[in-house]
Amino acid sequence: MSTLPDGRYVDDRPYERDLGEEARNADLDVSNTRLVWRRFREHKLGLVSALFLLFSYLMLPFAGFISPYTANERAPDHLYGAPQGIHLFHEGSLIGPYVYPITAEVNLETFSWEYIRDYDNPAKLEFFCEASYYKLAGFIKTNRHLFCAPEGATVFLLGADRLGRDVFSRILYGAQLSLTVGLVGITVSFFIGIILGSIAGYFGGFLDWIINRVIEILRSLPELPLWLALSAAVPSHWSPVAVFFIISIILGILDWPGLARAVRSKFLSLREEEFVRAAEMMGAKPSRVIGKHLLPNFLSHLIASATLSIPAMILGETALSFLGLGLRAPAVSWGVMLNDAQNLASIEIYPWTAIPMLPIVIIVLAFNFFGDGLRDALDPNRS
Amino acid sequence: MKVEGLTIGFGNAAPVVEDVGFSVEPGETLALVGESGSGKTLSCRAALRILPEVAQVHSGSVVFDGSNGPVDLMGLSERAMCDIRGNRISMIFQEPMRSLSPLHRIGNQVIEVLRLHGTAKGQGAYKRVIETFERVGFADPERIYQSYPFELSGGMRQRAMIAMAVVGKPDLLIADEPTTALDVTTQAQVLGLIKEIQQDNGMAMILVTHDLGVVANLADTVTVMNRGRVMEAGPAPLVLGDPQHGYTKDLFAAAPKIPDSGEEVSREDKPDYILEMRNVSKTYTLKGKAAWHPKIHVQAVRGIEFGVERGRTLAVVGESGSGKTTCARMALGAERADPGAEILFRAKPDADTVNLQDLDTSARLAFQRQAQMVFQDPYSTLNPRMRVKDALCEPMDIHKLGTRPERVDRAAEMLRWVGLSPNMLTRYPHAFSGGQRQRLSIARALMLGPTFLVCDEPTSALDVSVQEQVLQLLEEIRDRLNLSYMFISHDLAVVARIADEVAVMREGLVVEQGPTEVLFHNPQHPYTKALLAAQPEPDINRPINLKIVAQGAGSPSTWPEAYRFDGTSVPPLTEMGLGHKVRCYA
Repeated sequence: MSTLPDGRYVDDRPYERDLGEEARNADLDVSNTRLVWRRFREHKLGLVSALFLLFSYLMLPFAGFISPYTANERAPDHLYGAPQGIHLFHEGSLIGPYVYPITAEVNLETFSWEYIRDYDNPAKLEFFCEASYYKLAGFIKTNRHLFCAPEGATVFLLGADRLGRDVFSRILYGAQLSLTVGLVGITVSFFIGIILGSIAGYFGGFLDWIINRVIEILRSLPELPLWLALSAAVPSHWSPVAVFFIISIILGILDWPGLARAVRSKFLSLREEEFVRAAEMMGAKPSRVIGKHLLPNFLSHLIASATLSIPAMILGETALSFLGLGLRAPAVSWGVMLNDAQNLASIEIYPWTAIPMLPIVIIVLAFNFFGDGLRDALDPNRS
Repeated sequence: MKVEGLTIGFGNAAPVVEDVGFSVEPGETLALVGESGSGKTLSCRAALRILPEVAQVHSGSVVFDGSNGPVDLMGLSERAMCDIRGNRISMIFQEPMRSLSPLHRIGNQVIEVLRLHGTAKGQGAYKRVIETFERVGFADPERIYQSYPFELSGGMRQRAMIAMAVVGKPDLLIADEPTTALDVTTQAQVLGLIKEIQQDNGMAMILVTHDLGVVANLADTVTVMNRGRVMEAGPAPLVLGDPQHGYTKDLFAAAPKIPDSGEEVSREDKPDYILEMRNVSKTYTLKGKAAWHPKIHVQAVRGIEFGVERGRTLAVVGESGSGKTTCARMALGAERADPGAEILFRAKPDADTVNLQDLDTSARLAFQRQAQMVFQDPYSTLNPRMRVKDALCEPMDIHKLGTRPERVDRAAEMLRWVGLSPNMLTRYPHAFSGGQRQRLSIARALMLGPTFLVCDEPTSALDVSVQEQVLQLLEEIRDRLNLSYMFISHDLAVVARIADEVAVMREGLVVEQGPTEVLFHNPQHPYTKALLAAQPEPDINRPINLKIVAQGAGSPSTWPEAYRFDGTSVPPLTEMGLGHKVRCYA
């Protein structure tokens, strides 16, 4: 620091001219995807949810292997069987995982089934055992299960339902439909939403007007009755898989307006960006401008918003099936299972029939946390 | 107010403001000068304790010696701070468009200051607000009191902001780039107003700015900052007249100046135009208030007649809304002019002339190879998701020229031309500074080997030193490739440097056009005179002459008889000298 005789101050640190060569920083060369991943990693809840969802989806093909029973396998002697715990120690000594066998007796005073545990004869679980046949990943026919009950005993981890089917196995099988319905639906909704939204946003004018009115009309229709009407139109003799696809497409068709609006508004603002103008002045065609300049700039936001709307699809399927208008037996989904829990009295006496709500809650929460994390990672400028 | 040893940092990173000190005496103006990122705004905000949450003050003291004796602002409680902010110290922000709440009437927003601090109540407060409005130059204060911000222009809003800042009669006013977002004539008037009010109220002022011209007009003492440090500080005449520090010297060297005089150059009789606009008008049709109301026609551009000579630069100058950007878009065929217009383009002296008004698709593609544009905003001109390589190759990709390796080779060559290194090809735009991005934008425009470039305010978003470099680059390339430029700008100093011909626009009309030397040396039209007079010069001996500014910057119906125009009756462009035309009645 130095002060000149005329009273002014001049910094005496040697001065280097800034030649426009900035300090190179490896961070600056990283592609956007890696930056997003770095920020996403810091969102712990989102990360855990993402891992959980990844695990859930990876598990789907092996649902048959993990579950001890197949989806529609009945144990007529164990209607509304209570959940059975797995124990390790019997009378103070370790004998490995086992269950207590259960026998059913009719109580003639209350006219209900009573299940009596046989505490004397622990039945050890078998591993990699052979039981009923199922198709692994949809095409390999096998009867090998991760674990199953020994001869003469049952293993109902989460109890049995009205027809004596294992709730745990059915939840795993139900996940196959309930988790994928969201993906199919969102694909349909993405496809329609992006195409119509980008047309409306990029070209504007009359097309924009038409698309906006269609969106408004669709949005003004009451959702539930519309679902009901559309699903009622599905012929009842169709196979469960066909019904499943129709249902997910219906969900997608009703979901696109929100997405189309998001796409449109984003296009309207991006269209004013100078790099879009520059591309137009270079002579780029609209398809190129949309595909190369506009979409890549907010595709990641769309993915985040799609992640956030998958839960709505899952809930939609559940609601439809719960009302008996979505998937129908013998297809298994969480909604179909909850259909059995419509009766208040049965929930009161056999609370485990409502257990399929748990995976729904967990999956929906996981999707929400994941979507939140993704959105935060994509938008570093949030306040 | 005295700030000492102020150090501010974000998180654990190296401090962005380091050991900064400045002080301002009552009735005095201190100017904090520096380029963007030099920490000048941060220092001021720290003094008011309105830093963003992530920034922390590591050390330093801010002592404010107001009418109630000295207090250390750093040690004050949040509650006591509220009494000081707005009341004893007030601030004017940069963006007049964003600093007023759009939901409340101007008057209510201003009177709020008095209510919050209990300075005045009821009728007294109202009277004081109206007086302040009169003071800041509103002709009809009562109407302004009832207006919403959207009803006012940028300059009016900034006046309203000033009214809000001074209504509580503060001891200190912090003005953070108060005129950066305004047109140059409005800027001159607002600066004059600030100065006047300051003298009346005897308050101290800290002026944050990057514009040395503004400093020369207002400041008593100057503190020059760079990269978070004070480079030089002292009385304005000393620092501005005889800078000692290297950085200050560089800053002055880079500031563009309007030349004092110039000799007239002789011109050929028949200019060789690369682009000629004849009788070009553009009318936009807006929807009426309702379907049954008549449609509103807005004439953005009226009867333009000028041409860009081969190898030379035509500058179009005007305030925002004068139609200069529409003009540029029409010159590139991106916008079609009204019927009857002719926009003639000739790529080479011996080539055929094409009329941009009636191009078919293939002719348009051919034209686009010859004419390209450089945009204003370096941050939005490059697609953030495209690597530099892809962005540069895109023009050739669109026009299906060359193979991939050839395109990349050309991109590398263009990077060298604009002074960047070819190993930047794989980087993303976010790795570049504003000046570098503008270079990339120029490189992209050059990829197709054009003969004509339209530059839409390419330097207005850049710091002065970078602006200087970009202008130099543009000149180099022009001479090297024999390019012709149409240069859109609002900054006369930049224009004076690069242009051969200048056309001054106002409300869609060219009011004066001619060779640069003539126009700057011998301006005829009152609006041109006002523009020249309003340009702040970094010379303390040449203050802005507000009288000339006021005369020319008003609405065209207030101009002297010979130049006056309104609605329909417009004076013709009259030739005053060789190529020098002025819109007036002879």
